[in-house]
Amino acid sequence: MSVSVKDVEYIAGLAKLRLKEEELPKLTEQLNKILNYVEHLNELDTTEVEPLAHPLEMKNVFRPDELKTSLSREKALANAPQRTDEYFTVPKVVRR
Amino acid sequence: MEYEVVIGLEVHTQLLTESKIFCGCSTKFGSEPNTQTCPVCLGMPGVLPVLNRKVVEFAVRLGLATHCQIRRNNRFARKNYFYPDLPKGYQISQFEEPICENGYVEIETENGKKRVGLIRIHMEEDAGKSVHDEAYVGSEETLIDLNRCGVPLLEIVSAPDIRSPHEAHAYLTKLRQLVRYLEISDGNMEEGSFRCDANISVRPVGQTTLGTRTELKNMNSFAHVQKALDYEINRQINLLKNGQQVEQNTLLWDPQKNEARPMRGKEESHDYRYFPEPDLVPVFLDAPWFDSIKSALPELPDKKFERFLSQYNLPAYDTAILTESRDLADYFEQTAKHFTDYKMISNWMLGEVARTLNEQKITINEFPLTPQRLASLLKAIDTNVISTSAAKKVFEYLLSNEVSVDEAIEKLGLKQISDESRIEAYVDQVLSEFTNEVEAYKNGKTKVIGFLVGQVMRLSKGKANPQMVSSLLRKKLEA
Repeated sequence: MSVSVKDVEYIAGLAKLRLKEEELPKLTEQLNKILNYVEHLNELDTTEVEPLAHPLEMKNVFRPDELKTSLSREKALANAPQRTDEYFTVPKVVRR
Repeated sequence: MEYEVVIGLEVHTQLLTESKIFCGCSTKFGSEPNTQTCPVCLGMPGVLPVLNRKVVEFAVRLGLATHCQIRRNNRFARKNYFYPDLPKGYQISQFEEPICENGYVEIETENGKKRVGLIRIHMEEDAGKSVHDEAYVGSEETLIDLNRCGVPLLEIVSAPDIRSPHEAHAYLTKLRQLVRYLEISDGNMEEGSFRCDANISVRPVGQTTLGTRTELKNMNSFAHVQKALDYEINRQINLLKNGQQVEQNTLLWDPQKNEARPMRGKEESHDYRYFPEPDLVPVFLDAPWFDSIKSALPELPDKKFERFLSQYNLPAYDTAILTESRDLADYFEQTAKHFTDYKMISNWMLGEVARTLNEQKITINEFPLTPQRLASLLKAIDTNVISTSAAKKVFEYLLSNEVSVDEAIEKLGLKQISDESRIEAYVDQVLSEFTNEVEAYKNGKTKVIGFLVGQVMRLSKGKANPQMVSSLLRKKLEA
């Protein structure tokens, strides 16, 4: 399996990463190395192995439908780079 | 050329749990912004979601009520996308193994009953709310309220079986009735707890492949859905008639301008890179749990409708209205325990009671008259204690006074006179006063009896029993 420069640009776009033109060949090469390494797993014959749903062989971890105290608004907003008294503020996401 | 419309609907319904799907924050609607959050629903690093058990039960309830296969083993998946109202950068949803599949909802159409297939129902978390349009928002910013983030949703995906806006309306009405009967959602479209997106395409009649579809969003009421679908269907048919193509697109309905506009910037095709959610273990519905959910299901609307028809012998029209909600049906049945003229109960519920609910903008649960009091009122009519017109006055009085029916009748002085000697006195007085009419009756103009009854009623201030008045008059006139 190998990825092209175009694939890397596409993935960067999905991850909202802005890459410089000169970074692309290097990142493509690195990503391919990683993928080739992971590819070794395909050498194993897994036809008889059930897919693993979760590394813990557990099911049904639930909580009852009960209220817990929420954070105060001040705490909730404390790490926001931009905020008003009541809201998180982000750059405009739709055109008015 | 004739065109056929093909519609599939995606409904998101908010579940009536106390707490969110993966944390203990409240799901309450309309609280102050950002007061119902915690590290889990804010997407802080290192936190773990834990599934609210009730969400699974609610999903199974709806699945059973819509004839779905329930997947006993199911699990969650991550749907990855970036949007400011989704702090984790992914939504926890279900993908390959949804909890319910392959069901249907039966609707009434002009051509009889029809089944609309359900492809799947799955559990997921809601995102937060973006505020753009309020006056206090600056022109270059969007405000984010994360109270709704993590509120449990069921997404219900229909097959492309719907063939008209009318059928879409019937389907949504039925689905909303179901979630309300099951008490899993309030189904309130205006408040956003029941949301609908539509996939629409048209094709020449007879063509078996589907036309290019568009997705229509932001229809916030039943009326909007009808209008938006009509608009989009016309637009697509006109394009095809003019030899143009329909472009695959996502459109937003603008209810102010009555038009649908393409969404900006969402053109790049979605690539959500789903993968199994590693923070949650799989869900397994073992037999005891599954059976307990199944046995706790209430009587569903179609069954209740059939039972009302046969048990109470009511017309289909009355039955459909009375079984529209569980609460209304319960009110009827409570009343029917105390009074057995079922059609009369129905007439009053569809008449005076419905009018009062409308005028006061209240639900049957807030209606001031208990079923027992309504039953006593109807009994009073039935046993000739009061006339029907007097009963309407008593009814009004009871709405704002906490007294018994007997007390109200007493207080208003509306007790019907059924004492034969008293009625006879009124009748005799009228007969001696209106000799011309008496003469006319005897000459064959029997219609004047109506006038004479009216005179007796007037004399008795409306309290004489009209049936007794009429029969006594007739007896005397024909003697």
